[in-house]
Amino acid sequence: MFIDYFYYLKERLPVSITEYMTLLQALDQGLIHNFVQFYYISRSILCKNEHHFDIYDIAFANFFKDAALKFPEEIKQEIWDWLSKDLTPSDLPDKFQEFIAQNFDLEALQEHFEELLKKQDEEHNFGDQWIGTQGFSQFGHGGQNPMGMRVGGSSGMRMAIQIAQKRIFADYRKDIVLDTRQIKVALKRLRKLEEIGKQDELNIDKTIDKTAKNGGDIELFFEKRRKNNVRLILLMDVGGSMTPYAHLVNLLFSAANQMSHWKDFKYFYFHNCVYESLYHNAQRIPEESTDFDEFLRKYDQKYKVVMIGDAAMASFELSEKYGSIYYYHRNEMPGIYYIKEIANHFKNNVVWLNPEIIKPEWVPWTRKIISSVIPMFHLTIEGIEEAMDYLRKGGKDIYTTVNMFKGLNY
Amino acid sequence: MSHSGFDKFRGDVNTERVKYIADPQLRNIVNVTIALERPLLVKGEPGTGKTLLAHAIAESLGKRLIIWNIKSTSEAIDGCYMYDTVQRLNDSRFGCEDRNVNNIHDYITLGPLGEAFDSEEQVVLLIDEIDKADIEFPNDLLQELDVMEFYIKETKEFVKAKTRPIVIITSNNEKELPDAFLRRCVFHYIEFPPKEFMADICNLHYPNLKQNLLDQCLKHFYALRAITKMRKLPSTSELLDWIGVLLKSGISMDELRRGIPFLGTLVKKEKDLEMALEKIKFPT
Repeated sequence: MFIDYFYYLKERLPVSITEYMTLLQALDQGLIHNFVQFYYISRSILCKNEHHFDIYDIAFANFFKDAALKFPEEIKQEIWDWLSKDLTPSDLPDKFQEFIAQNFDLEALQEHFEELLKKQDEEHNFGDQWIGTQGFSQFGHGGQNPMGMRVGGSSGMRMAIQIAQKRIFADYRKDIVLDTRQIKVALKRLRKLEEIGKQDELNIDKTIDKTAKNGGDIELFFEKRRKNNVRLILLMDVGGSMTPYAHLVNLLFSAANQMSHWKDFKYFYFHNCVYESLYHNAQRIPEESTDFDEFLRKYDQKYKVVMIGDAAMASFELSEKYGSIYYYHRNEMPGIYYIKEIANHFKNNVVWLNPEIIKPEWVPWTRKIISSVIPMFHLTIEGIEEAMDYLRKGGKDIYTTVNMFKGLNY
Repeated sequence: MSHSGFDKFRGDVNTERVKYIADPQLRNIVNVTIALERPLLVKGEPGTGKTLLAHAIAESLGKRLIIWNIKSTSEAIDGCYMYDTVQRLNDSRFGCEDRNVNNIHDYITLGPLGEAFDSEEQVVLLIDEIDKADIEFPNDLLQELDVMEFYIKETKEFVKAKTRPIVIITSNNEKELPDAFLRRCVFHYIEFPPKEFMADICNLHYPNLKQNLLDQCLKHFYALRAITKMRKLPSTSELLDWIGVLLKSGISMDELRRGIPFLGTLVKKEKDLEMALEKIKFPT
């Protein structure tokens, strides 16, 4: 009966047969009394993540909007069931109810309805014969025939669709919004619990347990040392075109900062492009900075580097000597030199996260260039997850912007 | 139409111990969950009453509540039973009158899950903050929650649920839960209550609250919540605490209109506090 609905959702959401069966069970047990309840209960059963609620809302509204107009065979019976409940509305005056009871033949009406349904092939409103709205026909809703049947309206279908159409969960979508906790979840993907070294760490709890089971003869239990070996460097673009994203970057930063389980965690700032200094704070005071060459000396390939920025700047900032955005800043090497240096130095351990969408057809030239050197990912949960996957696997078998823009000339 | 083969959760509980209102959707979902005999997984912002829901269900249905608080070190077996080997060793060396060293049953104690299964009457089992444990933890519970039984290997016995407990599981989203586990649950996300519903909640907790005071409190509260850039937005539980503090301190309406006294009750982070003071304008 709801097979179509299930498959419609399945194309959009990870729903399984187990869940579909549960929904049928709920319908079978008579737990769902109207369409609004159906909306909520089917969501609770089929949709297990608030990030998916918005997709569910859209799918639900679209599927049943069509259904309300076209009445596929499977849903028709459902509609009849609902309609038959609404035939004697208790809030009507007694006289009127009597009138309905005398003049109303459900079976005849149903036959007529079916007949009409067969003939009718499009939406009809304001008419006096067809199924539609606002008219004088016996069928439809919002009409004025006292013996008429409401279709859609009073069964709550419309209301459920309206709830769905409000899309109040739009903010929870995984591909759009980031918050600290979500970023943390994404960054945790990077946690690489490596089992390293010999079995030389004594597990006290297990030793006591084993010893007790052994009747008191000491039995020592050793384990491999488990340690998080990830060292991370965050390089962040601040100021200028990144200002609208300052909040986002701030979130990422605080999330990263709270992840204390990394072996080492360093962060630096730059503006637009990396040049010969990397700054220790967002104000970018020259006295508090690290020399680029020293940076490379200090941090080797054991470090994973995450760069964050929109990679949008004037082309000369990237390609020209003395091209820096700051007038008094005399960079002896063009910006691209430093980007390439980073890429060469850290090999497959560097990614770039971009708050703006990376599309091959229309992107700023500088973004194209940079993303052809350093793999660029979108700064969303999904993008971060992909980037973390890339770092964890050391860039193996992952298609990136570097492959996309291979052979680009500049 | 409905087969009311079970006691229905009415949604509003007002007793000495628990004060709680659930919106109609949540009430409905709870009843569906009970009827379908599935665990209910509840998520939502911190402080929206996820844990309290289980208390409310137990109170409303007059059932015993068994709580299993999950910690980062929790393992599935802890919920089932514990075999106290150290006690047994101690008893075997030094003797004990209460326990028989040869009887292994004397050293096995049931965990919260075991207790819930062992109960003659149906209980409400709350598995609180399941996401705190290891990422594989929920998967280890699949069998137990599905078939409602587990095996004690020391005694070679099965513990089978006498009555199927009503299982409520809460999660704070710190970790993603495995799909296999999610498939077996019914899921509800507790939305943040809109103003009208929040007024009902406040009235339930403070029945003698004056309307104008409540209005002013809610006005401040939702103004704070409108600052979306805050790291931690104040929640229902914080609002209730704050109103409690206001009532205790006997603050005047005038003072409340001019500012937010005891702001620290609502806003817990220093940066947020600065932001709140900056953003909210008061009539002078």
